[in-house]
Amino acid sequence: MTNSFVMRSSKSRKRHAAEMRFQWMGRIAIIIAIGFLVFMVGSIAMMGAGALKQTHIAFDVDLSHNEIDPAFPEKADYDAIIKASLRKAFPDITDRREKRELYRLVSAEASFSLKNFVVNNPAHIGQTHKLWFIASDDVDLFFKGNITIDEKGNAGRLNAQEVAWVRIFERNQNIETRFNTRFFTAGDSREPELAGILSSLTGTAFTLLITFLIAFPIGIFSAIFLEEFIPQSRWGDIIEVNITNLAAVPSIVFGILGLTIFLNTFGMPRSSPLVGGLVLALMTLPTIIIASRAALRSVSPSIREAALGVGATQIQTVFHHVVPLALPGMLTGAIVGMARALGETAPLLMIGMVAFIVDVPNSILAPATALPVQIFLWADSPERAFLEKTSAAIIVLLVFLVLMNLIAIILRSKHRQRF
Amino acid sequence: MISSSEISLTRKTSTGKMLSEGAVYFVLIASSLVAVGVTIGIVMSMLFEAVQFFNLVPIQDFLFGLEWSPQTAIRSDQVGSSGSFGAVPLITGTLLISTIAMLVATPLGLASAIYLAEYAGPRQRNIIKPILEILAGIPTVVYGFFAALVIAPFIRTTGGSFGLEIASESALAAGLVMGIMIVPLISSLSDDVINAVPQELRDASFGLGATHSETIKKVILPAAISGIAGSLLLAASTAIGETMIVVMAAGLAANLTANPLEAVTTVTAQIVALLTGDQEFDSAKTLSAFALGLLLFVVTLILNIIAQKIVKHYREQYD
Repeated sequence: MTNSFVMRSSKSRKRHAAEMRFQWMGRIAIIIAIGFLVFMVGSIAMMGAGALKQTHIAFDVDLSHNEIDPAFPEKADYDAIIKASLRKAFPDITDRREKRELYRLVSAEASFSLKNFVVNNPAHIGQTHKLWFIASDDVDLFFKGNITIDEKGNAGRLNAQEVAWVRIFERNQNIETRFNTRFFTAGDSREPELAGILSSLTGTAFTLLITFLIAFPIGIFSAIFLEEFIPQSRWGDIIEVNITNLAAVPSIVFGILGLTIFLNTFGMPRSSPLVGGLVLALMTLPTIIIASRAALRSVSPSIREAALGVGATQIQTVFHHVVPLALPGMLTGAIVGMARALGETAPLLMIGMVAFIVDVPNSILAPATALPVQIFLWADSPERAFLEKTSAAIIVLLVFLVLMNLIAIILRSKHRQRF
Repeated sequence: MISSSEISLTRKTSTGKMLSEGAVYFVLIASSLVAVGVTIGIVMSMLFEAVQFFNLVPIQDFLFGLEWSPQTAIRSDQVGSSGSFGAVPLITGTLLISTIAMLVATPLGLASAIYLAEYAGPRQRNIIKPILEILAGIPTVVYGFFAALVIAPFIRTTGGSFGLEIASESALAAGLVMGIMIVPLISSLSDDVINAVPQELRDASFGLGATHSETIKKVILPAAISGIAGSLLLAASTAIGETMIVVMAAGLAANLTANPLEAVTTVTAQIVALLTGDQEFDSAKTLSAFALGLLLFVVTLILNIIAQKIVKHYREQYD
């Protein structure tokens, strides 16, 4: 008797342990998945945070009358002025190679910003001014501590001599980091310290605008037709099967469609937000239709019956009574679909939105790129300084995604109706 | 529901109204046909070019050829000007990466789904489920970046410390990251499926003295198996069609291998490589991308149709 009791209790303990193990398997799986998410977003945020700051270097610039003609300030050789000023800051450098290394500390953009300064402030011609310039990407990485000095005294591509010069600037408080406005106001550049996301962000905005203008009306109209006019008909079933399958087609296939139909058959401009928006619209369409149908289905039949009962036609019933009630749900579906479109890269590669775009696109027909494609291009770049830019661009993309999803969640909870 | 004769009676009252209602009706029909048009467009856009390609390269050489090197010569008299278009290395590469992804995603996704559906309280569920779904919402280019810059070097150095030679663009890195990405696809759908199992089955099993985990293993999972299979098929189809992760982390080396530590390429990565940049639409090299696209479309479509059939059948079983 006691024996069998002991046996049973050991068995029940075993079963209890198995139960606990099983529960923990589920917990561990969730912890792994969420842990990966946190690790990925966290490490990208850490890599990208540095891109918010940019290193600037200051030195005295001699804006003498010999170099700059006050009548035509834009014609002066500002590159030479920058170089001469740098030489003056380090008068003991005579070797040509060393001079070249010295010039490398400052970004290639310095001559343009000096020109802008002089053209806008002609009164300063003839004076000497301490001016701040963007440092080169190598100095930037070193000064922000992204690269450390190796045993030979080099820091990344900076040699020991250049590191020493940076230290001199540092001692004289002529080097500092500032908020990197350029990252948000400039287009792409071959020089990492000059590259910004504004051109790709504008491209994304144009593309998504086209996507919304095309996918939203077509999506809700076809949802209305399928749900309100031909429910449970053979044609409705065929279209429905078609839509669910379309929702699962790999996005790159939509890119191929855009390439052959929009570019090669219709001759639309390559790399343009118009074509990008069209392709993403077709891709987003199933999402919007499925969400809109669900929204229409949630409107109580009593609304329809009441409208029909007082003599409204079916079209009046749908458009005056059902659609207004379902609209928040439809809009939520559209935003979720647009959020997916925002992150899409592969179809845009197919239609040539991978170009190197410096200028901010000014129309839907101008060559453009999109933020995720910019991330792809920068991620491919061998320059180490682009790693930081890529991560920062990813953070910007994720922020936009979070914002869009938040809007969708708020919209959904605000207009949730119970019939 | 109102009958059509009644509608036509009200319509007779005003011709203007009738006209505008006809226009609205037309717009509605036209909109819902767009989706059908897109499907036809997809098939047509790839079929024409694919047929042209199969005129240059026989279809059996494409489907069963063991070597993929699509470079075409600049001059026609150059050696090796034809290139070889055997898709087998691409298909095995795709399958290798998708298999790794499924090996990661299936246990994680299923265990999460079971926990969410059976053990988690409503509050826990409302927090965990949206967080898991973020994984599916993160753009794939972000996963690609992370796979190429963090996971691949990590695997390489870890393998190196064990004396293993690992390619910097290994199938393993791409597959692992892709696996995490598709976890929510499996967990969400399986969670729904497990929730749809009737409560009576659980109660009966508990009544017989089974523990919760025994009930899950012996009763709920067998009852939900077809729905779960459907969710796995959908996830596999997503993995096969995924592009950016493999473009960024798996590379373009068409190796015929089953070793996850070597570099492989996939159908999608090759399509991107062949169709970005300048193309000539009469060369076999460019046209081969359309044949690959068609192959990809057909395979993912078949997987989706089977998955949806299974899930639908499952739903009807318990409705």
